[in-house]
Amino acid sequence: MTGRTWAIEAHGLTKRYRGKVALDGVDLQVSAGTVHGLLGPNGAGKTTTVRILTTLTRVDGGTASVAGYDVQRQSRQVRRNIGLTGQQTTVDDLLSARQNLIMFGRLFRLDRAAARRRADELLEFFGLEEAPGRSPKWFSGGMRRRLDLAASLILAPKVLFLDEPTTGLDPAGRREVWQAIRTMATSGTTVLLTTHYLDEADKLCDRVSVIDRGRNFVEDTPAGLKRRIGDEQLEVSIAHPDQLERAGALVGRITGTDPVVDREENTVTAPVADGVEALTSVAAAVRAESVGITDIGLRRPTLDEAFLQLTDGSVQPVGDTALEGSKR
Amino acid sequence: MSKKNTGIQDADAMSPRGLEPVETLASRALWAVKDCWTIVAQEFTHLVRQPGTFAWQLGMPVIMVLMFVYVFGSAMDVTGMGAGEGYVDYAMPGMFAMTMAFGLMNTAFAVTLNKEKGFMDRFRSMPMSPSAAVTGRGVADLLHAAIDLAIIAGLALVVGWRPGGNLAETLLAFGLLLWLRLALIFVGVYLGLLINNTEIAGNLFAVVFPLGFISSVFAPPGMMPGWLGALAAWNPVSSTANAIRELFHTPGIESFEVQYWIDGHAVIGALVWPALITLAFVPLAVRQFKNLSR
Repeated sequence: MTGRTWAIEAHGLTKRYRGKVALDGVDLQVSAGTVHGLLGPNGAGKTTTVRILTTLTRVDGGTASVAGYDVQRQSRQVRRNIGLTGQQTTVDDLLSARQNLIMFGRLFRLDRAAARRRADELLEFFGLEEAPGRSPKWFSGGMRRRLDLAASLILAPKVLFLDEPTTGLDPAGRREVWQAIRTMATSGTTVLLTTHYLDEADKLCDRVSVIDRGRNFVEDTPAGLKRRIGDEQLEVSIAHPDQLERAGALVGRITGTDPVVDREENTVTAPVADGVEALTSVAAAVRAESVGITDIGLRRPTLDEAFLQLTDGSVQPVGDTALEGSKR
Repeated sequence: MSKKNTGIQDADAMSPRGLEPVETLASRALWAVKDCWTIVAQEFTHLVRQPGTFAWQLGMPVIMVLMFVYVFGSAMDVTGMGAGEGYVDYAMPGMFAMTMAFGLMNTAFAVTLNKEKGFMDRFRSMPMSPSAAVTGRGVADLLHAAIDLAIIAGLALVVGWRPGGNLAETLLAFGLLLWLRLALIFVGVYLGLLINNTEIAGNLFAVVFPLGFISSVFAPPGMMPGWLGALAAWNPVSSTANAIRELFHTPGIESFEVQYWIDGHAVIGALVWPALITLAFVPLAVRQFKNLSR
């Protein structure tokens, strides 16, 4: 490696599961000490990529190294330098929180005293010190996930892999886990996280790779990605279908665009550069002209819409989850 | 890389990563044993924390003991000494062997559960001995089986069963039972790795019940229709049950007609069958374990 050190470097990863293509030449480069997001819909190949990088799955083609070690030929060294928190929370509900961390510490080959010390440190670090003797069964989703994260940090790994760390958590739980990930990131650990939430990538990541159908689409900063995805959309829901045309004309006049009028949903949608300005003007105008509305708001394009744009519409958004589903 | 945060910084000092690991075959073997033991300790903490599960798993054999002794027992005449005569002595060793056979389900279910809950993946991404997740399960199950046997044997003593042999014969009998269980652990590990979810694993009784019942556990195969009797006689569970009956000097068994070669060589069967099962299923289980990284 010359000049820059990549904590994760992958070139042309390919993988098939029973004839189905899961990865079709994925590249990935993550600088040490950064948080990198792997963004994509279900079935995009996110989990497969993580499984390959964490030595769980053999690759069919391409090369990958993590922390400077080849994932195929030096899997033992790779395992010594990584932490993995998979999609499922793997904590043992029949052990206490502290016993869980001690058990994992022992399996990470710390001696008994060191495993205990490390367990206590991590419980404190993750704000779980009040509950060391309790079974994680009674924890909130966010607490369970934090305990799960703690278990992958026992050896202070150089690279941490988080596969959909907040899927299935309530908003409070998500915030807790985000906070924990941010704290870990400031300590210099390189983090690769997969997500299908744009806002999660936005909040946590330095850079984001968008993949779909096992291929790279875009790599950028979250801000750059949002720029590419496009302007905010102003969406107005109209109370009476017979006022739809008038509302459309009104929104078009104020925003200076050609809005999309959806007759099924009774909505008018227009891309806007200054969202707040457009929102207030349109709200005032519909009131002045007595157009009944049931809702008005700004939204970003969803990921599916974004994929359509990122790929110039030549690739349909992937609705099928078959690939992700057929994997272990 | 600078580690400025509390809790993370001093981990480097104690992490084995700091020392450049020199891995010899011997050190790897030592770690495989240590890791295995950590998993065994985890399993036993489960036992202490949730004795209900343990009791539940024992429930089946215990109900069987009571049923066959008190419900059907009085009507059973397998020894030709009259209905109910000597049936406790005949059925109890069978029950021991059956308990070993049913243990197969627990092993398979636990392995599948570990896989389903993501533990197998987490373990495999760690610098531990990769096989420990599975061998730990096996050792824990073998210890578990020894405890099961002690409890069932205690119950058998209460309902009137007595081993008729000397101490060495009695110990050898229990050794043969655990030998069968060990072989079936490999089958259980293989099935557990093969099966993808616990719902399917829960249906394994459809395999295990015939293995337990179409045997000499409750009645001599000689009393069954020919084809079924042949199956039952050659069932590995029968060999173990018959072998330990010999070792316990169960009254009446010498009068059974020797229909198949195996009937007359139960102890050999009880030694060889589990060995063959082990030889067949260890490579299968290893291959299935490697398939996890497919």
